[in-house]
Amino acid sequence: MQYTFITLVENKPGVLNRVASLFRRRNFNIESLAVGRTERPEVSRMTIVVDCQGDMDAHKIEANLYKLVNVIDVQDVTQQPAVTRDLALIKVKAGPERRAEINNLAEIFRARIVDVAADSVIVEVTGTEEKIEGMIELLRPVGIMEMVRTGQVAMTRGAYEGTRRTPGATGGGWRDEDESGLAEY
Amino acid sequence: MKLSGAEILWECLVREGVEVVFGYPGGANMPLYDAMLNYPIHHVLVRHEQGGAHMADGYARASGKVGVAMGTSGPGATNLVTGIATAMMDSSPVVFITGQVAAHLIGGDAFQEVDVTGITLPITKHNYLVTRPDEIAEVVREAFYIARSGRPGPVLIDICKNAQIEKTEFVYPEAVHLAGYQPQSHAPATDLEQAVKLLEKAKRPVILCGHGVLMSGAEQVLQHFAVKTNTPVTSTLLGLGGFPASHPLHLGMMGMHGEAHCNLAIQNADLLLAFGMRFDDRVTGTLKTYAPNAKKIHVEIDPSEVHKNVQVDVPLVGDLKNILTDLVPMVDEYDHEEWMQQINEWRSEGDQRSIMAWPEDGKLHVAHLIKDIWNATGGGAIVTTDVGQHQMWTAQYYFLDQPNRWITSGGAGTMGFGLPSAIGAWFAHKDQEIWTIAGDGGFQMTAAELTTAVQEGANVKVAIMNNSFLGMVRQWQEFFFEKRYSAVNMVSPDFVKLADAHGVPARRVTQPEEVAEAIEWARKTTGPVVLEFRVEQEEAVYPMVPAGAALDQMLRRPVRQK
Repeated sequence: MQYTFITLVENKPGVLNRVASLFRRRNFNIESLAVGRTERPEVSRMTIVVDCQGDMDAHKIEANLYKLVNVIDVQDVTQQPAVTRDLALIKVKAGPERRAEINNLAEIFRARIVDVAADSVIVEVTGTEEKIEGMIELLRPVGIMEMVRTGQVAMTRGAYEGTRRTPGATGGGWRDEDESGLAEY
Repeated sequence: MKLSGAEILWECLVREGVEVVFGYPGGANMPLYDAMLNYPIHHVLVRHEQGGAHMADGYARASGKVGVAMGTSGPGATNLVTGIATAMMDSSPVVFITGQVAAHLIGGDAFQEVDVTGITLPITKHNYLVTRPDEIAEVVREAFYIARSGRPGPVLIDICKNAQIEKTEFVYPEAVHLAGYQPQSHAPATDLEQAVKLLEKAKRPVILCGHGVLMSGAEQVLQHFAVKTNTPVTSTLLGLGGFPASHPLHLGMMGMHGEAHCNLAIQNADLLLAFGMRFDDRVTGTLKTYAPNAKKIHVEIDPSEVHKNVQVDVPLVGDLKNILTDLVPMVDEYDHEEWMQQINEWRSEGDQRSIMAWPEDGKLHVAHLIKDIWNATGGGAIVTTDVGQHQMWTAQYYFLDQPNRWITSGGAGTMGFGLPSAIGAWFAHKDQEIWTIAGDGGFQMTAAELTTAVQEGANVKVAIMNNSFLGMVRQWQEFFFEKRYSAVNMVSPDFVKLADAHGVPARRVTQPEEVAEAIEWARKTTGPVVLEFRVEQEEAVYPMVPAGAALDQMLRRPVRQK
């Protein structure tokens, strides 16, 4: 089953490599990973979709992400009300005679034609994974020349938050602080 | 005041309380070595960077402080890699400092350029590439904090040559701010109550004492807990010394070469209390049949270890010492007399098979030699080992009543670890007796560090158990490959002459009646000493849980007829 994690990381060089390397090393299979800036310049946000056997795998992924010093927060939003979006650009083989047909399809999917050339058009479609898959299926017989997708990005609705399974991240326990701000060990 | 990046590094190391660094100079770290001369930190010139890494590791394990090892860029850094992985697997706090080519050359395949942060990413707790001098102070402060806090581990700092040379204002950061790194030190009270409930119901509980007991300094409180709740304790390889071996509640080592009664106790337990251990495959055997009837309480500082190998009933994430301190007043005295009786029956059966029950047969047996060294040193020496059969025999027969005297490569199983880690331990405790037990194979991997020991006057006693075989591999070939010995016959140099060439006093021991005198001679001789014991060649370590077998499916030593 696909699990979706929202991960906040420090915006520093090499952090994407650390995250990707972790998934490789622990043998987790990334379905998609989208990364970008947030409202805070020092923080980047990743939406990671992973194939998991169950909640135990999800716990492992969360706990391992927290082992990376640059990871600030991990939420599993799989079971939460959330908006997820993927964006695809699809270049379709289409001379003038087929443009109307493609236009109709695009309208149904609330997609847009963003480029028209002599024998091709580029369709831009945004939405859930299922919607984009549906669009692709319909365009395939027409002739897809090239396609690119951003991978999913996700945001929980309203005040909902994702699940945080990792002890230490949940606020159940606590930590000692000394005067210098360093924990005592 | 403006200082060079190199000077800032040493200023920071002095403030971290560093007394000694183990390293090797080269092109990309020469500014660091030049600045070093002005600071009161002792530098040990090693003969190979791997040796330096193990020395820093040994120093860290013996002292409880952060060890420091240095190397230059490229091959200097890659030679450290085995030592870094060793420290990572055994959660040893070591800071590695490597030189790197100048920042503007990075990515251009410059002379001695290697992507060190890339290579060490999966074998460090964290690592840094420093390209500017003004980053150094903060990075060093963070590196030491990360290395020693939470679950300790190695941190690597790769410093570009220009950052070592360029000058900047030196500001020492008073605190460390790491948004995402917040190791939890206490578990919530509700979780503690759940653990107590399991303990109240248990009839056959066993405590699994892991390395975490030593790392968090929980030896005393563990003893309170075990005695109050009347619960027997078995140790992992790295947990030895966390609970006194002579204590009536101590069972011994568990696992692949653990004692039979420990493994039987685990398999028949109804509650496991796993304290600072990670259910490594070497202690569980096959997971399918591991402790099938036991509830499991797991006290662990690293959340990613919880449910990793074994799904547990009550995870308590936090510092072991804090959690046990919180638990002791919550638990009662419980009666486990029947359970102890059962375990002791298993134990006495094992005693009959023990190699210690063997009559004198004119040959040298490693297990007997370990017992002899234990007797001679009163069990109080710091003992480091290499990896293999001698390591298991030392774990089985050098009984430890005190913590932090047992230094061995557990998770990584790194051959060549013994001698350098002993030298490192000597720098932590120059007043104490230090022995390293090595095989003929492992000793040769880092034998060059004998010269380092001479140069530093390190008072370490090297006992080479020479069976002219790679013994553990030979044992596996005997058991599991129909005795088809492949690449395990080993020709060694004359170790006495080799030691002599290094200026190290040495003796060869071939007869049982020479043993006691040779050990005493080594103990009385100041400085490094080598003893070579020509031991029985085809001896096997028992008991043995074959890889992939259940923990109680042990190959046992046949009872020898007297």
